[in-house]
Parts: sequence; C-alpha cells; structure tokens
Amino acid sequence: MTGAFLLAHPAHLLVNSLASVAMINLFSRRPNIREFWTFAAAGINFLIVLSMLQAVLASDVLIYPLITVLPGLSIVFRVDALSMFLGLTASSLWIVNSLYSVGYMRAHKEHSQTRFFSAFALAIGATMGVAFSGSLFTLFIFYEILTLVTFPLVTHHQTEEARAGARRYIVYLLGCSTAFFLTAVILTYHIAGTLEFIPGGILSGTASNTYMVMLFFLFIFGIAKSGIMPVHSWLPAAMVAPTPVSALLHAVAVVKVGVFSVVKILLYIFGLNVLKEAGINNILTCMAAFTIITASLVALCQDNLKRRLAFSTVSQLSYILMSISLLSVSGIKSALIHILFHAYGKITLFFAAGSIYIASHKTKISELDGIGKRMPWTMGAFFVGSLSMIGVPPAAGFISKWFLIKGGLEAGEWMVIGVVILSSLLNAAYFIPIVYIAFFKEEVKSGGGHHEHGESPWPMVLALTMTAAGTLGFFFFPDLPVKLSALVVESLIPFN
Amino acid sequence: MEHLILVFILVPLITALLIPFVTRLFGGGGWFLAFIGTASTALFSFILLNTVWKGGTLHYSLAGWEPPWGIEYTVDLLNCFVLIIVSFMAFITALYSRESILKEIPPDKQGLFYTMFMLHITGLNGIIITGDLFNLYVFLEITALSGYALIAVGRSRRAKVASLRYLVLGTIGATFYLLGVGYLYLSTGTLNMADMFQRLIPIYQNSGVITGFVFIVLGLSVKLAMFPLHTWQPGAYGEAPSAVSALLASTGTKVMAYVLIRVLYSVFTPGFYFGELPFQPILLTMSLVTIIAGSVLALLQVDIKRMLAYSSMGQIGYILLGIAIGSEKALTGSLIHIFNHALMKGALFFVAGSVLYKAGTTMISGYQGLGKRMPLTAFSFTIAACSMAGLPGTAGFISKWYLATSALDAGYWFVVPVLLLSALLTSVYFFRVINSIYFEGELVQKREEAPAGLCLPAFAVSILCLVFGVIASVPLNIAGRAASQLMKVIQVI
Repeated sequence: MTGAFLLAHPAHLLVNSLASVAMINLFSRRPNIREFWTFAAAGINFLIVLSMLQAVLASDVLIYPLITVLPGLSIVFRVDALSMFLGLTASSLWIVNSLYSVGYMRAHKEHSQTRFFSAFALAIGATMGVAFSGSLFTLFIFYEILTLVTFPLVTHHQTEEARAGARRYIVYLLGCSTAFFLTAVILTYHIAGTLEFIPGGILSGTASNTYMVMLFFLFIFGIAKSGIMPVHSWLPAAMVAPTPVSALLHAVAVVKVGVFSVVKILLYIFGLNVLKEAGINNILTCMAAFTIITASLVALCQDNLKRRLAFSTVSQLSYILMSISLLSVSGIKSALIHILFHAYGKITLFFAAGSIYIASHKTKISELDGIGKRMPWTMGAFFVGSLSMIGVPPAAGFISKWFLIKGGLEAGEWMVIGVVILSSLLNAAYFIPIVYIAFFKEEVKSGGGHHEHGESPWPMVLALTMTAAGTLGFFFFPDLPVKLSALVVESLIPFN
Repeated sequence: MEHLILVFILVPLITALLIPFVTRLFGGGGWFLAFIGTASTALFSFILLNTVWKGGTLHYSLAGWEPPWGIEYTVDLLNCFVLIIVSFMAFITALYSRESILKEIPPDKQGLFYTMFMLHITGLNGIIITGDLFNLYVFLEITALSGYALIAVGRSRRAKVASLRYLVLGTIGATFYLLGVGYLYLSTGTLNMADMFQRLIPIYQNSGVITGFVFIVLGLSVKLAMFPLHTWQPGAYGEAPSAVSALLASTGTKVMAYVLIRVLYSVFTPGFYFGELPFQPILLTMSLVTIIAGSVLALLQVDIKRMLAYSSMGQIGYILLGIAIGSEKALTGSLIHIFNHALMKGALFFVAGSVLYKAGTTMISGYQGLGKRMPLTAFSFTIAACSMAGLPGTAGFISKWYLATSALDAGYWFVVPVLLLSALLTSVYFFRVINSIYFEGELVQKREEAPAGLCLPAFAVSILCLVFGVIASVPLNIAGRAASQLMKVIQVI
C-alpha cells in the first residue's frame, strides 16, 4: 500500500467533515477563523478525493469494509469510477460554494452562521458517504443523514415561509424514504440475501419480473431526491432557503445524491440484464421523459427566478435518468457526465440568482430589465450557465447532450431524441429571454431603493466566475469525465 | 456460585429496610444507600451473565428446600439479559434521581421515596429470576404496590388519581394472573415452572389448563399495557416524578413482557397455544393494533410525558409482534427491542425530567428553542428520538430490521407496511418536537443547561442508542442465544 492509497480511504472524508464541525463550533465567535476551517475542510476533502483518482484511473476498485452491524448489513465503502463522479462534483464545488457562502452570508448579515457552516460540512460528509458507498445499507444510512442534516439549512431563515417550505421538504424526503425506499431495501435483502453493490447487480434470477418492477417503483418513488415527478415538490419548496443552500442542494449535493443513488442501484443492484428483461428501462424512459417536458413547461410559467431554476433542475435531473434508461454505452456515459456538467452549470445559475438578490434585492424575472449593464460578470456567468442547460457549445452541457443523442441512436429510441430536441427548445425559451432582457432592455426606474447598485461582493462574483469558467473549461477539456465514464461502462461489459 | 442469585433480592431488600433508619438517624443518606444498592446489583448482573454464559443455566433453591415444594430460582440467558437491562437502568435512574428528587419531593418524604424505590427494584429483580409461579405473583405485588406509592408522590394532585387508576387496573391484572396460576395449580398440583412444564404436557386439552392460560395472558396483558388495556399507562408515566417515569418506562412493561415470554416457553409450549388455541392470529392482530394505536395516540398529545407513554404502548406492540411471529429470529427481535427500548425511552424520560427541572413544564410547547437553552439535553433528545424513529445507524433500526425480516421470512408480509407506517408516525411526532427545539422560539436565548446530575445520564444513555446501533453484535449475541435456548425447548417435545 503506497502512501497515496492510505490517504484514499473514504472514512477520512467523514472524519474530515466531523472534525471541521468541531472546529467551526469551537471558533464560533471568531468568524474569520471559523470560515478558515470550512475552507480547510473543503480543501482537504478535495485532496482526499483526488488521491483516489490515481487508483481509479488504473481500473482499480478499492473496497473498504468498515463494520458489520447485522449479518448481511454492513457498512462498506467502495472507491471506483462511478463513485468518483459524485465525489469529484461535490468536493470541488464545496470549495467554490464556501467562497460564495461567505460572501452571501456576510453581505446579508445572516444569523446562525455557525449552524449554517456546520450543517454544510455535515451535508458534504454525508454526500461523500453516499458517493463511496459499497452497499445499499451504507447508501441508505448516508442518504437519511443527508436529509436530516440539510433540514437546518432549508429552514435557516426561520420565518413562517421557511418553516412551511422546510416542512414540505422533510415530509417528502423522509416520508418517501421511510415508506418506499426502506421497504425496497428490506425486500431486496429478503430476496437477494445481501445488499452489496456489485456491477451487474445482485437481483438476477431472484424473483419474477413483476416483483422487479414493483421493487423498481419502490426505489424510484423512495428516492425522492432524484426529483422525478410526482415526488419532486420538495425541490421548489426548498427554495425558501438562502441561495448558497439552493446552490448546494440543487446543483451539488442533494439532487445529485438522488440521481446518483438511482443510477448506482440500477447498475449495481438490478443490473442491465434485469432492467431489460423486466422492461424497467422502458418504464423509466417514459417517467423521465414526462418529467423533462412537464418540468420545462412549468418552468416557462415561473416569474420567480429561483423557482424557474428549480423546475429546470427537476427537468435536467431526468435527463440523467432517461440516459441511463437507454441502457446503451453512450447513454450511460451521458448520464454520468451530466452529473458533473449539470452541477457546474446549475450552480453558476444559482450563484447568479443569489448575486442579483444581494445586490439589488430583486427576485422576479420581470424586474431584471437592464441588470446586465450593472452586473456584467453575474449575467455573463448566467449566460454561460444557460448555454450549458440548453446544450450549446462552447458550454459543457453540449457534450452530455451529444452523448445522450448518440445513446438514443445506439438504442434506436427515436422518442428520446425527440424529447431531447423539444426540451432543448423549451430550455432556450425560458433561459434566453432572461439574458436578453438583462442586456438589451432599458432598466425600469422604480421609486426608492436599490437602483444604484453594482456587482455583488467580490467573493460571490469570484465564485460564479470560477464555476462559469469550469463550465466552459469542461467543454474544451472533457477527457477526465469521459475517461471515467468509459471505465464505468467497461466494468459493466462482462454482464451486458 | 448459585448464592449469587439471592443477591439480587437481598441487596435491594435490605437497602430498602435500612433507608428509613438511616434517614431517621442521619437526616439524609437515602440516596446514597440506593446508589450503593443499585450499583452493586448492576455489577453483579454482569458477573451473573458471565457465569451463565459460560456455565449454563443456574438453579438455586431457597433455604435449601428442593423444588417442587421449595421455591426455586432459575437463571438462564433470558433472565440474565433482562436482569442486566433492569439493573443498569435502575442504576442510571438512581444516579439521575439525586437532583430531580431533591426538587420534586418534600425533604421529609425523600427517605421513604428511596425505600419504595428499592422495594420496587427488589420486586422487579424477583420477578425476573424466580422459577416459581406463585413466587412471581408475590414479587409482582411488591413491584405493583411500591409502584403505586412511587407514582402517587408526583408533583400534582393528578398523580394520586393516576396512581389510583393504576392500582385498580394493576390489581385486576395481577388478580387475573393469580387466578390463572390457581387454575394451573389445580390441574397440575405444582407451582414450580419447570415441574409444571413437564406435568402440563399430557393435559393440554384440559379446560382448566386452557382457562389458566387465558387468565394469565389476560392478566399480563393489563400489566403490559397492551391495547385496549393500557389506560393506566399515560397517567402513570405522565404524573409520576421524573425518575419514576424513567424507571417505569424502561423496566416495568418490559419485565411483564419477559414474564409472558417465560410463561409461553418455559411453562407452556408453542405447540399448545399456536396449535390448539387461536393464540397466534389474536396476538398478531392485537400487537399490530397496539403498534398503530400507540403511534396515532402519541401524535395527539400536547404533554411530552403522555406522548412518550403512548409511544411506549406502541413499542410494546413491537415486542408482542415478535412473540406472535414465534420464530427464533422474531423472538431475538423482541428481546433486542426490550434492550433498545429501555435505553431509548429511558433517555427520553430523563430529558423530560431535565426540562421539567429547568423550565418547569412538560408541555411540548415548552420545548421551543431548547436547542439554544439546553444544548446537551436537546442533543440527547434528538439522538434518542432518531433511534425511536428507527433511523439506520441507531439501535431502533436494528429491532425494526429484525422484526421486518423475520415477518417476511414467516410469510407475514402485511407486517412490513404496518411497521413502516408506525415508523412514519413516530418520525412525525418526534420531529415535530425536534423542529420546535431547534428551529422555533426566540433567535437569541440564554444558555441554562440542566445540572450535570440530570443531563449527563440522559446524554450517556442516548449515546448508547448510537453505540448499539452500530456495535449491535454485543446485545444481539446474547439475545440470539437466549432465543435459541428458549426455542430448544420445542425440540425436546
């Protein structure tokens, strides 16, 4: 075991998060030092994930059993190409999000900042736990922990509105996970005798196709974090949170955990053969296609910027689910790459929304006339993010859409290609107008208040520039994500 | 080594008798004697477990009189397991009671309180280790009478009413049990459990035997607080002093569940009541009803102690469920839940007592903003509540998992939705409180934590909920072996 391998243990990520919470609370009265600990933890987190990259790129799979709680129920970690997608996404964006959060929280003079940063650290820790989970039991534990730990973030403002939104958030997430997800886990254990993640799945030959379909429905409705309709309502409801939280939840951690869990379960519990035999791939294609189109249509009708972005997220997440359902090489690649690319694009959009709010206190799209002239960096980044959502070069979203269409062609699914084209047009319909009115319309002078403003504080602008640059960068340098996705597909080949 | 068994009765009993004298002479010291008594009992319970684990079942005949005429004490793994739980919770409660009793009970009554406390422990221990059915009744009454006294010293006048209600219903329950024992004595001529087991084998069809069985089960059902015979429980738990509620909730009904298991496996056999009587469908149904009723009724409460009391009723349903399913795995699930629930409920009642001490209320509305005022206490509550809701990584999850999987193995798939529904309901009524604790109330509050004597026991026990959610193998080994020991009996027939 080389030194790099010793570092590459997922448990370190959890320890890192816990330690940072301790330090953040210790220095709760010295904000600058307290924020230092957040950055330190984010940096260490990223380094640990990077150290795993070497082994993963060499096609190694590292399994780290931690403890066996009950026979068949063990907490075990798995470092492989699939886990790197969520791991890299969340760990790299934690750093940028922390930068943004500091700017936002201080500009807004927010209360309970210690609680905020502690919950953030725990949320990323839980996300890492899901990313590197080696068994369904491990994934379930960290999935639940994530729900609990993000609750303080959603309800942060503690106003009536925040409480109502947070209530819906936890009712949906905890309700679905207890009623459906847990049932699915118990049933999986009952018929397969194990809960370990194995490429190719553990369910082949265990029960009838009808049972598989029922199990699939329990999983897909149980993992409400994936945003599939109709269990998506928690997402717009959670917009009551401060924008750094929305950025984290809806681009980085919670929603990505949702789709990642679905992908991992489909590939490593069901397996491609079972999915095809039981017709689950077709069911998922329809559900995802419905979500993509419907969410985009709803987004068109929203005037509140964050709500529009929320529904855009619901739509984009189902791209990932639809890609997986194609069961083709490019489809799987597209799904995994989109986890990363969408995260960067969406977080840029949310950063921009928060930036607009801090600088001008505007939340409605109808108020944004001419704001591009005052906030060129913010709206420029917003433009880049929009391009990524629509799937236009030179933004990264183009690459994942390219693979998606390729995957549709490979699988012969013309409906899917049609959905992609239609939804891209819809995306353009609800993003381009925002950019247009920001840059090309005259500002409406309203009485009193904030019309004489410039950009928001520099940490926020820096953060959104970084993620926008990342979005552009991935377009020009997509090799790493593509290589990782190829490794995942490779690991599935013996079973396809 | 067998004499060790007598320690569990003699130590608390002698302590109980000494306390009035000591308090008369020294004006205090009741707590100290209780502390010594419960500490030594707890210590001996571990020694006993070690002995029984290695050496097998222990038998002790009181005063050398041989059974079946003499009173015999029999200790196998099941007794040890329950004894450890009871002794440990008694010890922690004794630690806890020091501060809470100083505030809740008038000084001249404190000595008497500890006397009753130790008598109650005597009774509980006696119930657990005895191998004689009538001796069990004697200890049952000791426990009950001291229990009534302990509840009646609660802080409001309602405590007397609650105690009276418990007295009436508890006496009915105990009387039913006695009637049942009477019928069995008539049919078999013995009161010793092991002896009766042998003598019952040829006469299961005897109407006296069946009547005796039914009376015993009914009597125990009252003491267990199975729905709808639970009505004494909310008042008893709700109005008693904090330490008493904690003790009752973590030990009382659990010990009754132990008695039920003991009667079902060491006096009767499953072949009798599962085969010849419709016991299984009835108990299965009643346990599911109890689970749901407990969760729903808990949801409707505004007083936290009453909410916890109804929650306890639901949890007994889980234990009964495992008994009803009847497989070794299910029985293990019931036993492990006895263990886990004692910890979780104990911690929760400790918290309730801490909040009562500082904030003077047990209303849920008084928990607003507790996270800032009493952070350690609030944290203990959160952990214990997560365990009650059955979140993975906590002890509560282990019991639910065992019960769910054993139900599936036995083909009772309908149990799983009921379990999950109750898990959801439990989450609702606990997270309501947690939400109130952390995210409501004034944004800035003064920190006034409960004294260490109150918040440390709560914290320690709640941490144990986490520990045994991860390192579940330790109690599971014991519970599993105890269950298989019980099930071996069936093969003998």
